[in-house]
Amino acid sequence: MMKSKSLISIYDYSKEEQLQILDIAEHFEANPVQTILNDYVVATLFFEPSTRTRLSFESAANRLGARVIGFTDSASSSVKKGESLKDTILTVSNYSDLIVMRHPQDGSARYASEVSPVPIINAGDGANQHPTQTLLDLYSIKKTQGTLENLQIAFVGDLKYGRTVHSLTMALCNYKATFHLISPTELKLPSYVKQHIKDNKLEYHQYTELTEAIPKIDILYMTRIQRERFSDPIEYERVKNAYILRNEMLMNARDNMKVLHPLPRVNEIAEDVDANDKAYYFKQAENGVYVRQALLSSILGVK
Amino acid sequence: MENKKRKELQVSAIQNGTVIDHIPAGSVFQAIRILNLERSTEQILFGTNLESKKYGTKGIIKVSNRYFEAEELNKIALVAPRATIIVIKDFQVIEKKRVEVPEKISKFVKCVNPNCITNNESIITKFTVLDKDVINLQCKYCEKITAKDNMVFI
Ligand SMILES: [Zn+2]
Repeated sequence: MMKSKSLISIYDYSKEEQLQILDIAEHFEANPVQTILNDYVVATLFFEPSTRTRLSFESAANRLGARVIGFTDSASSSVKKGESLKDTILTVSNYSDLIVMRHPQDGSARYASEVSPVPIINAGDGANQHPTQTLLDLYSIKKTQGTLENLQIAFVGDLKYGRTVHSLTMALCNYKATFHLISPTELKLPSYVKQHIKDNKLEYHQYTELTEAIPKIDILYMTRIQRERFSDPIEYERVKNAYILRNEMLMNARDNMKVLHPLPRVNEIAEDVDANDKAYYFKQAENGVYVRQALLSSILGVK
Repeated sequence: MENKKRKELQVSAIQNGTVIDHIPAGSVFQAIRILNLERSTEQILFGTNLESKKYGTKGIIKVSNRYFEAEELNKIALVAPRATIIVIKDFQVIEKKRVEVPEKISKFVKCVNPNCITNNESIITKFTVLDKDVINLQCKYCEKITAKDNMVFI
């Protein structure tokens, strides 16, 4: 179903296709080393650095036996010499069977998929989409809750600029989630995302306090608040410290509740949370490899 | 009769071609650009800030010896949603129709997002029209919305 089809936006996959990928990922979690891509070359083109995402993809490709070629940032490639994106993609597609790309400009991956003869997986295009993150988040939620349907999901931190939050919120609207949105007033979820929730006849509740929602939820999705979003550094310090999750705050949480975070974290999750069995963020990062194995193998048509 | 004559004098009649009437006064030059008439070698007459009973003021474009595809004309619905298209043959009105906002828009509108790939490499823009009344264009590439008020024509 996904064979040869690029994955650019989470909206490229129907609910059924999303669930199918999550099922395949589960098989890889049970048996991660399957050298089914021995005859394939995967290119990872990182026009801007993102070490975690790149390593996750390369780990996935390696565990499947594929060879990996690519560059880690545009400073060390011909892009620096002014080569157009089209030329880079057309050239690299001669050397590889699939291209994983990350690029600082919005829409770059969609454009690459139009010019490329080989499928593209978008590993982040500017502030726009990062569909493999959304899929690994869905996988982690399903894994910990046993289902994706009818869950109570809380998002904490920068809900305004956080692309991860927007995509996951939109995706969870397919699964009848109820949303608890916890953020400073200046970093609230954009109205188009809230409208999407309403259009799906689902509910959202907004809070400025972190603790209030904790007893009601199944998933606590933490995000980083970035300094550059604030013009006033004092305001940043105040806000940043108001959204730190500490272990004692999880006392009244549901038994099944898990804490997620796209990583890297700065200080928004105190280290004492790490030992709590509700902390799931490192396992979440591990799940990223299984989801990417599932994507590489289904798009290359061997799963 | 007197009145009709004076009206005709505002922009004179054409023998064969297309008249685009009821363009908002401020949008005539945009419409000319969208229809790519700047490079046309045919005779083109246009007027703006003309009196209109319905809308106060209006603009009009008359292009001799040109008959447009509906697809081409519908593009000007973005700037002139109430435009009337009049097809003329031998000074006679052969057909009169309204423009319709198209489903997809390509080439002539710029994406509002400065970080969009279309604003950074030489790429033809492509949009889906999300709301035909408000006219919101969603970029095929960056997925951002370009609203009517932010539209810049290439
Ligand atoms: Zn765009």
